[in-house]
Formats: sequence, structure tokens, C-alpha cells
Amino acid sequence: MSWETVGELGARLRSGETTPAQLADHARSAIESLASLHPVLRYTGALTEHQAGRAARMLAESPEQAGPLCGIPFAYKDVLCVEGVETSAGSKILEGFIPPYTGTALQRLLDAGAVPVAVTNCDEFAMGSSNENSAFGPVGNPWDPSRVPGGSSGGSAAVVAAGAVPFSLGTDTGGSIRQPASFCGVAGFKPTYGRVSRYGLIAFASSLDQIGPFARSVEDAAHVFTAMAGHDPRDSTTSPLPVEPVATQLARGVAGMRLGVPREYMAEGLEPGVRAAVEAALAQLEKLGATLVEVSLPSTEAALSTYYIIAPAECSANLARMDGVRFGLHVDRQSLTDTYLETRGQGFGPEVKRRIMLGTYALSSGYYDAYYRQAQKVRTLIAEEFDRAFETVDALVCPTSPIVAFPKGDKSDPLSMYLCDVLTLPVNLAGLPGISIPCGLSEGLPVGLQVIGPRLGDAQVLRVARAYEAATAWHTQQPPPLPAASEAFA
Amino acid sequence: MTLARDQVTHVAMLARLGLSDEEVERYRQQLDAILSHVDRLQQVDTSQVGETAQVGGLVNAWREDVRGECLPAEKALANAPKRRGDHFEVGAIQE
Repeated sequence: MSWETVGELGARLRSGETTPAQLADHARSAIESLASLHPVLRYTGALTEHQAGRAARMLAESPEQAGPLCGIPFAYKDVLCVEGVETSAGSKILEGFIPPYTGTALQRLLDAGAVPVAVTNCDEFAMGSSNENSAFGPVGNPWDPSRVPGGSSGGSAAVVAAGAVPFSLGTDTGGSIRQPASFCGVAGFKPTYGRVSRYGLIAFASSLDQIGPFARSVEDAAHVFTAMAGHDPRDSTTSPLPVEPVATQLARGVAGMRLGVPREYMAEGLEPGVRAAVEAALAQLEKLGATLVEVSLPSTEAALSTYYIIAPAECSANLARMDGVRFGLHVDRQSLTDTYLETRGQGFGPEVKRRIMLGTYALSSGYYDAYYRQAQKVRTLIAEEFDRAFETVDALVCPTSPIVAFPKGDKSDPLSMYLCDVLTLPVNLAGLPGISIPCGLSEGLPVGLQVIGPRLGDAQVLRVARAYEAATAWHTQQPPPLPAASEAFA
Repeated sequence: MTLARDQVTHVAMLARLGLSDEEVERYRQQLDAILSHVDRLQQVDTSQVGETAQVGGLVNAWREDVRGECLPAEKALANAPKRRGDHFEVGAIQE
């Protein structure tokens, strides 16, 4: 395994000690040794070779101009489209789908010389909090393979946590980057809604989805964010405002900053080990010169219900395109209606069907006002409460998840699974940036500290996270070695 | 609240999801539990707020009305389960 950061690998590439192709080979063998965790669905093959060659040329021609990601291997979630490489969204209905184009975020990383190596396992259509909803089987947590890595970007979190690649891409609709980052002990950053283009991302809930990085340091996450961020004419929800330079912000520390601690996020329901680790992290931030202020976000309790109306409603509309006509599974029947019914009935897994049903119900005649319209009003309240908090504080600090990684199969009841996201999904509803960084262990399992910023305050969020990271060593903790293959299957 | 079986089959038809009898019953119970939880939304006073239309802070996204690049037909059709010439093939829509 290679535990080196993007910066360290970049230095070795520039000294000529290694090459992009060697780093990619190394990453691939490291991922292969994680087979028992099942974090990866496929390798990117010819594209890896092509990009490694391109990166080598970029480094040879102008090592100074080549950016920090040039020649660095990475993995991306199975919901991001790259031309010519299968993307299946963790679903049988898209098994074998070969995207005809490359999404903007991925294209920007390719243009920066980063080298894709593998496509990571995830919950089907990014719907889930444990990665147990993948049609291709669950992912194990590197810290304890009998436990979940979190979801929905579980595979992306696991490959970074296990030291196979220095960074990966995930997507976050209600916590799908931050919660697995928390469960696996890595940094996971969800940028402001509209900061990273969603063009080429297979949509789950378009008003909530955002692409972001997993990395083992905040600095590395910031490199990836910087390479991907910015306006894209192909996604009209991207902000035309220039991206604030992050690098200059990172080293500024938190002295003099006012950090809010939302009372509702520290309420009952937190596991004692999570509470202890987060309280110690808050004390550390105070020691670094930040002022902690208690704030209140009273609508937090309603956020879960709001999310589980809005996200399914949007998914029911987005997934209507899985119709067996233009791409994906096709179950042939006499009539078109029966073709739809059978294709979708056979192609979608249980969680996706459940959410399509929930969303269709909430949007159906007679229920729209009570559910969807009301949820969109409560969403306004939630966003306004955040806005008010940011009038008096620079960022919010709180736990990412009330619990640590749980055993596979532990939350078979859908509602109990939904409750896992209670501290992350308000951030998506308000469109804010948020990061999870490691802040301790509870009974040997990682705990995440969440930093939330005002909209477009991405650099601010990264700055607070970096200040904490620079003063602590939690991000350098490595999971115990995996049991040998024979033991894993014993 | 209690969700009736025929409400579940109605929603499944709207969503074009072919479900087995066993699935209908399972989703009836699960959706019932989820909706009971979600019903707490009704207690929130929203008389003073409007609906969220977007959280991106943008007002309009304009562009020149000019034709840009688009996928060539061959690429667009490459994943089609059934095609005829340069078209996607579908079954009869009207019987």
C-alpha cells in the first residue's frame, strides 16, 4: 500500500524516481489486494494507460506547469460518466452501459493529468447509507470488514482509507461523501451546490447532488476540488462567480474565527464515543484560537422528513429515463407499457423501487400539497436558519454521523437506515459546502468531524478543516492490515 | 395513516414498476412506516415562507441561442437495446 499524499507522489514523479504508469500499476495491485472488501467494480484499462502516457508527456514537457494532480492515480464512483468506460450506477438496469461522453468534473481531472485506475462500487443510483444496496454486492470497511463503509460512495471511501489510491471521487446527495468519509477515517468534501458541474453525473436528485473528493488530507482534497470547480455552460446550475483560490486560505489557521456548534447536532442520539471525540475536537479548535459559539437550528428535526420527500420525488422523475428504449436493460414484451413495467420491475433493486414509489406518491394528485409543496417550504426554513447562523459565525462544527460504522445487515429496516443521515442531509437541502475529517476513534472505529460553511464558502470550510488536521494526527491513522484471503473467507 | 394495497398498486403503475404481490405488500408496510414518520412535516408552521425553487443563488442562466455540438447519431444509438437504422425501436404505443 502507498500512504503517500498527492504532494509526496508529485515530488517523486518530478524527480524521475517513478512514473505515472508505475504509480497506476501500483494502485491497481493495491486495489486487487483489497478484493475481499469488494470496493471496485472494474478497472479503467486502456484509459489508464492512455492517461498515464499523457501525464508522462505533460511532466516531461513542463514539470513546472503540470499541476499537482498530474500523474496521480485515482478511482471514481460508478455514477460518473467517462466515454468508453462502463458506468452502471451500481444497478442491473445499467449493467453494460458505455457512456458516449465524459462528464465535466472527470474531464477536468483528465486535463490536469490525473490517471483514473478503477470505478468504485456504490449503492444503486447512489441511494443508501451503507453500500449494501449495490446490485453487485456490498463493500467492507477497511477498519473492520464485517462492518459497512458507509454510503453511498462506500467503495470510493474504502480505497482511499485502505491506502490504495491517494484520492477518489464520490457524490453527495444527503451525506454520501461525508458519512462514508467519517466511517472510513478519511477526508470527504461536498462542495457548495453549483460549484462542481454535474454534467455527466447520473442524476439521483438534481437539486441536491454534488460531486466531491475523498482524500487522506485536506490539502489533497483541496487540490482535487480546485481542479474540478468552476462554471460549466453544460450545467446551468453552476455558479458563474470565480472560484476563490483555496491554497492561500489553507494555511491561515482558525485563530480569531467564530465557529458555531449547532445545539441540535449535539443532542441525544449521539453515541458516547462519537460525542467524546467531537467534544475533544471542539476543544482543540478552541485551543487553536477559534471562539466557539452555541447556535440553534430548530428545524433540524424536520430536515429528515423534508429530505425523504424531496430526494425521492426528484429521483422518481430522474429515473423515468430508465425505460429500456435508449440504453440499459430491455425486457421485451408485446406492449410498450408492459415493456416498461417488466424492464423497470426487473432492473431496479429494492431501495431504488422504494424511493421511486415514495417520490411518485408524494408527487401524485391529491398528495402533492401535503408532501412535496410542504417539504419545499420547510426546506426554505432550513436554509434560512443556516443563513441566520452564518450572520454570526464563520463556520459550523459538529459530528458528521451520530454513530460509527455499523455491522453489515444491522439496519435492514429502511427507516432506521435513513436516520443515519440526520446530521448531513440538512447541508444538501441548503446547498452548503461541508467536509468530514477524522477526529478520533471510538472502540477502534473512526469518528468524523463535520465542518459546514456558508454557500460558496468552500475555502473557509477547507481552512477550518486544515487547521484542525495540522494540529492533530488522526488523519495519519491507518486501518489494521486486512486478514489474509483464506481467513477472510473462512 | 394506513396505506391501502390499491394505493400501492396505483403508485406502482404511475411509476411503471412491475411489482410482485409480495413486493406490493412489503412496500405497503414500509411506505406506511416511512410516511408516518414524514407526517411530522405537517406540524411545521410554513404560513410565512415560500417554497424553495433553488438553492444555487442564481436568477437566470442565459446563453446565446446558437446551435452547439451534439452527439452524433452513431454514438447516441450505441447503447440502444433495439434499433432500426438511425432510430431507436419501440413496440407499438397504441394497440
